[in-house]
Amino acid sequence: MNCHDFTFAGAALKALGSGALWWPHQALLCVSDLHLAKSERVARRSGQSLPPYETRDTLERLAADLAATQARLVICLGDSFDDLTAAASLPEQERLWITQLQAGRRWVWIEGNHDPGPLEFGGTHLQEMALGPLTFRHIASAEATGEVSGHYHPKAGLHARGRTITRPAFLFDSKRLILPAYGTYTGGLHSHSDVLGTLMQPDALAILTGPMPTCVPMPR
Amino acid sequence: MTALPQMFHDWFATKGWSIHPHQQQMLDRANAPALLLIAPTGGGKTLAGFLPTLVDLAEAPRDGLHTLYISPLKALAADIKRNLTTPVSEMGLPIRIEDRTGDTPASRKRRQRADPPHILLTTPESLALLTSYEDAPRTFKGLKRVVVDEIHALAESKRGDQLMLALGRLQRLCPDLRRVGLSATVEDPDAIAQQLARHPDPCEILLADPGPAPDISMLTTDEAPPWSGGGAAYAIPAVLDQIRQHKTTLIFHNTRAQAEIFFHNLWLANDDGLPVGIHHGSLDRQQRERVEGAMVRGELRAIVCTGSLDLGIDWGDVDLVIQIGAPKNVKRLVQRIGRANHRYNAPSKALLVPANRFEVVECVAALEAVRAGALDGDPRGRGPRDVLCQHILITAAAGPFDTDALYAEVITVGAYARLTRAEFDACLDFCATGGYALRAYDQWQRLLQRPDGRWQLRDPRAAQQIRMNIGTIQDTDTLKVRLKRNSGGKPLGEVEEGFAASLTPGDTFLIGGQIVRYEGLREMTVEVSRNAAKKPKVATFLGTKFATSTQLSARVIEMFQQESWPELPAHTADWLHLQREVSQLPEPGRLLIESFPHDGREQTVIYGFAGRNGQQTLGLLLTKRMEEMKLNPMGFVATDYATLIWGLTRVDNPAPLFDLDALQDGLETWLAGNAVMKRTFRASATIAGLIQRNTPSARKTGRQATFSSDILYDTLQKYDPGHLLLDITREEALRGLVDFGRIEEMAQRVGNRIDHITLDRVTPLAAPLFLEMGRVPVKGAAEEKLLAEEAARLMETSGLANITPEPASKPRWRVGY
Repeated sequence: MNCHDFTFAGAALKALGSGALWWPHQALLCVSDLHLAKSERVARRSGQSLPPYETRDTLERLAADLAATQARLVICLGDSFDDLTAAASLPEQERLWITQLQAGRRWVWIEGNHDPGPLEFGGTHLQEMALGPLTFRHIASAEATGEVSGHYHPKAGLHARGRTITRPAFLFDSKRLILPAYGTYTGGLHSHSDVLGTLMQPDALAILTGPMPTCVPMPR
Repeated sequence: MTALPQMFHDWFATKGWSIHPHQQQMLDRANAPALLLIAPTGGGKTLAGFLPTLVDLAEAPRDGLHTLYISPLKALAADIKRNLTTPVSEMGLPIRIEDRTGDTPASRKRRQRADPPHILLTTPESLALLTSYEDAPRTFKGLKRVVVDEIHALAESKRGDQLMLALGRLQRLCPDLRRVGLSATVEDPDAIAQQLARHPDPCEILLADPGPAPDISMLTTDEAPPWSGGGAAYAIPAVLDQIRQHKTTLIFHNTRAQAEIFFHNLWLANDDGLPVGIHHGSLDRQQRERVEGAMVRGELRAIVCTGSLDLGIDWGDVDLVIQIGAPKNVKRLVQRIGRANHRYNAPSKALLVPANRFEVVECVAALEAVRAGALDGDPRGRGPRDVLCQHILITAAAGPFDTDALYAEVITVGAYARLTRAEFDACLDFCATGGYALRAYDQWQRLLQRPDGRWQLRDPRAAQQIRMNIGTIQDTDTLKVRLKRNSGGKPLGEVEEGFAASLTPGDTFLIGGQIVRYEGLREMTVEVSRNAAKKPKVATFLGTKFATSTQLSARVIEMFQQESWPELPAHTADWLHLQREVSQLPEPGRLLIESFPHDGREQTVIYGFAGRNGQQTLGLLLTKRMEEMKLNPMGFVATDYATLIWGLTRVDNPAPLFDLDALQDGLETWLAGNAVMKRTFRASATIAGLIQRNTPSARKTGRQATFSSDILYDTLQKYDPGHLLLDITREEALRGLVDFGRIEEMAQRVGNRIDHITLDRVTPLAAPLFLEMGRVPVKGAAEEKLLAEEAARLMETSGLANITPEPASKPRWRVGY
């Protein structure tokens, strides 16, 4: 398992190449912005029929991370479903799959702006959750310490010998950690955008996901 | 012979004209179901196309749409309207002429549908849009003739296929519709005639007198052109001389970036203050119109331009055409030259200005080809199915339709004549349900079958979205550029989104001939301020457009075999001698490969002279082997003559790269993952309606979700590899590649006759390759290596430096990848 080790708010964490966060001490795996059933919502709302395989793909990657880490606690950091109707209309096969993944471990759904209500899936539904020095919520708050959030789908780009390499990325400074989006059909917001630039402190770092997660000063 | 009515006769007489033979022939064949006229620009071609209409309407005035005129350019439609209005008003004919393009106000467009003019001038996209309305049968009622102008330009692209599908529809609405095509000289008129006519109707071809051969030569200068580069700055004084000696000069460039740089340099050297303008497709519309107006009024002595000023627009007294850079397509060159000197029967005059020494060789070869009458061009192949998918959606937008009737209509289009019913049904299924193996959202399908067996849109509101997506032109996503509000907020033009993303505040670049400083991005608009710098820091935008083919490879390699080159200027002959000295010149039957470091990367050039498609295919195959051999390839670019591959590790022994068994192994997976495929998928998925076009207004409101087409492609490949769109993607991508069998043959033929030369620097012959367009990235192990290397560097220097590029004193050429 390729990962980047780092310490945030005193917790020893690992950023996985897939975009998941692994906290070995708590056997906790955290993923953000799965946006399951996105293609269903798009078809329903615009008539555009995207390839309906993104839920399967996202769950496949999640299953692989769970198998590799043997996590005992899973936190889905909000926007797990593209909307509440999408959650309700998930095909039977995929519902079963989620249930299988949940078996034998604690599972927490944090509310996101896309899925602000309770879901028909097992597990605990919370607005936010505190664990040791860390607080897990969907959207970063202004006055945060030890906060782990998602929502922005951050990505970061590097220029190297004439090539620009852009990847979904973890962003963190001494106060907050923002996870990249984990879902297959999720776009990204550049770390040099105003909103991320304002949110993150000047000494923030970015960890680019991919086969070899790589840490750099956050590109601005 | 159909006699010209007296009124027309008199009008010709007052102008001092007599009817051209081909105009009379067109009149005689007014009732032919399809007719193709091939005539040089300035030969009264347009009037020839319209004469039967004017005569018919003069003799039997009537209401309603009579003739539809289609041109590839909006500007051309406006221009024709001007030219046609003259005879109509001078003869007092009861004929209303209007144009309809993307620029026409919505109120007039609505009125035109209810009350169409006698002659409507429009573009393929506007016509497709017209046929998407429910009232199309009323709008086109009684339509008698359709005139397709500059059909040679449309015929080589998907726009032509879309147009012909629309004509199929019109023909069903108006069975007696007569089709006329007007074309510049082409190498294969039969192919165009077949596309134009309703299949299997015949189509007669009329050849007008081609007029005197054009007078084309190469501009010789005292100063030698550089080894590499596309700016032709060395030729500025000589070009200024030519401008002084002529009335109006058009200066064509192959890319917008080159046009900008040349214009900037020309202006710096323009000591006499000659009125010179610039015109290209990325400039703001107002600015373009100002230049067009000044040109029509004869106020400009020269215009620096790109293809946007191409085709048969009549801009008045152009007496010289200058082509900067080797003509990438000989056919286009001859057509461009037709623009100069619009008087019939007077030779057109043109000068070629090679931008570097390799282009001197190309120019000489091109001139030979022109003299030999050998025009280039690729055969088109069968009609693309992504365009058909869009046509099905357009049909659905106009109302319920019967699939048998639609299929029957589609196969009357020449390019689709061999489309099987099964293929058609697959396209219909794609439009209706997405065509996925997993029927995930059948309840949301786009088209539904009604109880009466016909098909219709599930949600009628989808018609609006289909209309917004009409068209086959692949615009790269662009951002508007304007001056900052406190500097007036004036719009200047557009740049590619990718280019904008690479800018950091303080970067300077050229647009509309002026140097501007990048200030920032505001609501999807690039804000800039004026800057007094002498040289722009970043020297290019719109840099990924594909160059078209010259197909001059055989002539060029032949020339290389000579002992000496008396037909070339001395500087270029010396340059070839130098290549022979430091490396060697390519020979037929052998394969020259050069390897050297340059630009912080290891470069390898394979001089295969296999034509652009062949060299492109070679690039795909060799990078696969290089990735397997851990040579860390990063990308390649192909020309007609050579493939340049760059990577992180030096190639010491190229022979194993050509190991045929290893090439075969895993080839499909490699090709499927390649950037060429992804690029093609993006285009086809947009045309077929899977991805919505990124209209600026949609992006601004954020209402439209944008999806990375690469991710959609990867997902489809993984879970539904038999999907129709992947099949279409392969078919479309193969148009730009050659059979792998041919590359195998080449590898076998060359065998061990590989001449590999390792050097410590760029060779004369390789230098021009570094500015080629159409670079293809290879995303393999090299990317991870680069990332690690750059991260290590950044972390080491962090605290000192944020990620800012080092200051550069000379322009950096931002070629991607």
